[in-house]
Amino acid sequence: MKPIIELRDVHKYYGEYHALRGISTDIRAGEFFSLLGPSGCGKTTLLRTIAGFEDVSQGTIHIDGNLMEGVPANRRPTNMVFQSYAIFPHLTVSENVGFGLRRDPRSKAEKARAVDEALEMVGLAGFGARAAHALSGGQRQRVALARALILKPKVLLLDEPLSALDKKLREQMQHELRHLQRHVGITFILVTHDQEEALIMSDRIAVMFEGGIAQLAPPQELYRRPVDRQVAEFIGVMNFLPATVSAPQGGEIACDVAGLGRVMIDAEQCPGGARPGEGSVGFRPETLTMLYEGEAAGEGGRGRVAEGMVAEVNYLGDMTYYAIRLDGIERPLTISMRNVVGRKVFEEGERARVAWDPGALVLFC
Amino acid sequence: MKEGTGFRIYAIIYLVFLYAPIFLLPLFAFNDSTIIAFPLSGFTTNWFSELMTIPALHGAVQTSLIIAVSTSILATCLGTFAARAATRYDFPGKAPIMGFIMLPLVLPEIIVAVSLLVVLLGIGIQLSAWTVILGHVLICTPFAIAILNSAFQSLDRSLEEAARDLGENRWATFWLVTFPLIMPGIISSLLISFTISLDEFIIAFFLTGTDPTLPVYIWSQLRFPTKLPSIMALGTILVALSITLLMIAEYFRRKGIQRTGGKETGGFL
Repeated sequence: MKPIIELRDVHKYYGEYHALRGISTDIRAGEFFSLLGPSGCGKTTLLRTIAGFEDVSQGTIHIDGNLMEGVPANRRPTNMVFQSYAIFPHLTVSENVGFGLRRDPRSKAEKARAVDEALEMVGLAGFGARAAHALSGGQRQRVALARALILKPKVLLLDEPLSALDKKLREQMQHELRHLQRHVGITFILVTHDQEEALIMSDRIAVMFEGGIAQLAPPQELYRRPVDRQVAEFIGVMNFLPATVSAPQGGEIACDVAGLGRVMIDAEQCPGGARPGEGSVGFRPETLTMLYEGEAAGEGGRGRVAEGMVAEVNYLGDMTYYAIRLDGIERPLTISMRNVVGRKVFEEGERARVAWDPGALVLFC
Repeated sequence: MKEGTGFRIYAIIYLVFLYAPIFLLPLFAFNDSTIIAFPLSGFTTNWFSELMTIPALHGAVQTSLIIAVSTSILATCLGTFAARAATRYDFPGKAPIMGFIMLPLVLPEIIVAVSLLVVLLGIGIQLSAWTVILGHVLICTPFAIAILNSAFQSLDRSLEEAARDLGENRWATFWLVTFPLIMPGIISSLLISFTISLDEFIIAFFLTGTDPTLPVYIWSQLRFPTKLPSIMALGTILVALSITLLMIAEYFRRKGIQRTGGKETGGFL
């Protein structure tokens, strides 16, 4: 299937500042695509070049097969939900939602019905007559969504739409947005700096640093197989240990990991590509397991055990985060354990055995 | 002695000096005597009714109103363009250009008036109400820009982008979104320019042709002592009018800031 958006070598300069450094990627029709990165990475700039608010300095953007060069924002098949929502304060909710229908040839009654349907879709049925400036943050967001979706765009652009909401409402809106996207089938492009939000909502995520895409992958792959340490550290938490890497042999790579000894790693566990020499291995906190008395490591014989001491305990209710100083390793490792009924929480200073699985390692060279 | 008492007394004396003469204006306007001096001799509204009987005064009022209305409209239009350019775009030489536009704000008016006179006579333009309008636009535009700058700054830029995004071109975006939202700023700019133009003397005095403006007329009448009380009456009306207009202007400016959800950035009142 033809991609809905094709970006080819897109560059953007602001004077001397190189905001986008050669972005080439395809966005598929009907997918929920996220641009994830720290502030200043160029994700919003990229979104605005797609919307038509910024020109590209070099490269091309095709939307639905059409070259967008010189096409102003009002003639692109995209609509945007702004970070500030940009609800027109001098209009009512209905007038806001129906704003884009001004040039629509349909009759007044039909337009009014379309506005009502759009409001109902975002759960604001009956709010039409309200003044826009009297709405709460969550309601403004819904109005902004309805206003953009009523035009049935090919692509809906969302610029950090949830960042102004409080935590509870944000989590609720994440699910609603996901459902809405499935329901309308429109391609959504979301800009966010919140990795959790991107993981929950997206079909695919592009992680951006310094004007370039560092990795583009579905959420699971991104989390389990980050291509480099920067991506690994940005998405969730990862422990790193220095390792000496040997040349790959028969799809396997031998590594000497500090404190853990020699480990055979699958080439697939090195998504960034293996190079012999000094590197590091990483593992997520939940891939390490604290062993209780009498417990053995893992099933299938893959589990290995290291010993150490509990340096710190952070109890979060459903989870406990431990910092464990393994024998022979200076930096403590973070381990997360689900709190299960009948199992004690370890205390600081206790000796502990930690099971780890070589299959959960990621190798960075 | 409490801290700051000295300053407090100083401030009170300062305010008395500043405003006492203005309070004397209505006092003598209603005083039943041709001599402007204490003690007051009685209450009368004769001076106000006398104003109605002077044709030259009516001509001056008419000239002044034409000049003030034209000036406020022109200055506000120019101010809107300049304020929008200054808040929305970056262009080479922006700071010096804006500096030059705002310069008449601090330049002595007599200098502006004399230079304009020299230039206008030099290129052979007849002095008339239009030349006064020209001079007044020059000094009113900086005020218009100052007011409209704050109106544009408190206007969220993404509102204009949203209108564009929803399919409107630049022109429609301006009339449907920008204009209604900066309307309070435009009204207050119109009113302030109107007030400034109506009161202005020096430029009007230098650039007026055969039809004097109201302040020029008042000045010409000061030579006749018997006319003085009716000038006081006229002055009273002008002061009341100016204060009312300024208050309306400030009311609209604040309302505008409230409506667009912006922060107070200081005004003229």
